[in-house]
Amino acid sequence: MLEDYRDVAPQGTVELLRQLGRRVEGKSMVHVNSARYGGGVAEMLHRLLPLFEELGIKVRWEVMTGSDFFYRVTKSFHNALQGTKQRITPEMYDAFIECNRDNAKRLNLDAEFAMIHDPQPAALIDARPHGATWMWRCHIDVSTPQHSVWQFLRPFVVRYDAAVFSLPKFSQRLPLPQFLVYPSIDPFSEKNREMEPDEIDRILQRLGVPRDKPILLQVSRFDRFKDPVGVVAAYRQVKKSHDCRLVLAGGTATDDPEGAEVLAEVQEAVGTDPDVHILLLPPTANLEINALQRTATIVYQKSTREGFGLTVAEALWKGKPVIGGETGGITVQLIPGVTGFTVNSPEGAAFYTRRLLNEPELMSVLGRQGKEYARHRFLITRHLQEYLGLLIYLQQRVRDG
Amino acid sequence: MSNLSANMPFHFVSCMELREVLGKRAMDEHRLLELIEEVPADSIYYHTHSYFLRHAYTQQLYSNDFATWVVLYAQDRVLGERLGVLDPFDFSDIEQLRDEILRIMADHLNHSATVPRCVVSEPFEFIRSHIIEIPLGLETKTLSEFHDALAEVEVGAVYNHVCEARMRKRLLSVDFARWLSSEEGLGLQELALNVERVGRLGLSLEGMRNKILRLCDQELARQRGLHQSGDRDA
Repeated sequence: MLEDYRDVAPQGTVELLRQLGRRVEGKSMVHVNSARYGGGVAEMLHRLLPLFEELGIKVRWEVMTGSDFFYRVTKSFHNALQGTKQRITPEMYDAFIECNRDNAKRLNLDAEFAMIHDPQPAALIDARPHGATWMWRCHIDVSTPQHSVWQFLRPFVVRYDAAVFSLPKFSQRLPLPQFLVYPSIDPFSEKNREMEPDEIDRILQRLGVPRDKPILLQVSRFDRFKDPVGVVAAYRQVKKSHDCRLVLAGGTATDDPEGAEVLAEVQEAVGTDPDVHILLLPPTANLEINALQRTATIVYQKSTREGFGLTVAEALWKGKPVIGGETGGITVQLIPGVTGFTVNSPEGAAFYTRRLLNEPELMSVLGRQGKEYARHRFLITRHLQEYLGLLIYLQQRVRDG
Repeated sequence: MSNLSANMPFHFVSCMELREVLGKRAMDEHRLLELIEEVPADSIYYHTHSYFLRHAYTQQLYSNDFATWVVLYAQDRVLGERLGVLDPFDFSDIEQLRDEILRIMADHLNHSATVPRCVVSEPFEFIRSHIIEIPLGLETKTLSEFHDALAEVEVGAVYNHVCEARMRKRLLSVDFARWLSSEEGLGLQELALNVERVGRLGLSLEGMRNKILRLCDQELARQRGLHQSGDRDA
């Protein structure tokens, strides 16, 4: 399987991975998160773990379980840690600790290395086996957390051997080494694999999106931070001079009251415009997203606040010009004028959309450069390389005392 | 002579960079100076050398991160230019380079009426790198083998044998040049001298690789010429 990446990763990558793998061959590693399916972390673990295994690392994936109340608590923690004020009661803190304790008894945490993903299982550190090296892999932005929630979580985090963040600005002051590892996309996953033209045609037909005009696309949840209403405003300005379609593809919002509200705002902003397509896709619609991204003329990720924003890397990998909000991980993926453009307003998005539609050669150049940049920086092979490097470094540190 | 074989083979070793966030941030040039003074040498190394390992598309403005940040975020073009011109290959170790950066910044701030600060929320984030060496199991004994291997290796090997060898391992010389010139290596002094200079040309890693390959090509052509004229004389 690793061999498959020889044709897509930068020259020499597969050899490098095999050499790195030899240094930790036979070691055991456990990953722990809170969901087997759905969400970026699970998606990434499904792809990464077979590669670890192929390199001779005895890797396992444990998933914690909890009551609905626990998941409501961790959702509140998640929002609070990302800076949205939440009301957290003492019962909620107790439920968090209790659930971690129960899972510590149930899960097999016996491994030389453990990577604990995100805040939900962070308190499992209480059950660290003697001599094991534990890493806290934080995928969210905890740079401006709600103080009380961070103060609760911090005593668990500081007992890890290392923390791993996706961007320097997402990190906190902590008395332990904090490493920087960007997330990644897998070029062979359903969401990113190559597709035949007729396969794309069939999907677009099924989704009811004609291909008669340039397509502007944003794939994201209906969430205020993703600014779908701003995307509609940008489209309206572009539409005055260029006939085009807008596709807003996002998750269904039935379990998220705010999502439903935002969706209603978007529908109101769109009105009866037949050239705007709002697609509510299930979380498993990876092929549909792939087909839409491959069909798009320009891809948006016009967020006003963002984690890493891997939809940008997905579009870059498909050779598409991308216009993104100047926030979070979008700024490390979009190099203005080289791999795309970053903007701070609907007007900025409209300006660059018009420019790109007027200059097809520029779109080709950005697309080509974006794909090359994604190949070096945002593929799973680079991610695996950095995780292996981390294991080697921590193993050496343990040996050196 | 083109078959000249070294007693000691050259072993190609690539490397990867593990980035560690230090949790130290500067929002203005004064704080930047203070932190440059106190951070570990590995951090100064990262912010002045890792440029080479990054993709060419991200090599914006200057080859050191301090210069780029003061221009892009503190809007101080003069200091950016003064820091940007620094060539890490002009210094024999990181502490010398750090001292020079501090001298330039202190002089600049002493002559500024205000302390330029970051105008958007993009502080300078101090990072340090840990380099993990990766032996590639590739060894060469002749110049021709060396040439072919260099053309194929992952570009991290060029970084390891040029930048790492010289600055972090304090060998004061590029690995390639040491092997090419040494008695146990190929004993090719002139080629070694030219290879040593490659780091100073301000090239990317691919540029360095191509330049060294061209120098090897020239040397191999020279050796073939000598060999042929030797045959004719005989």
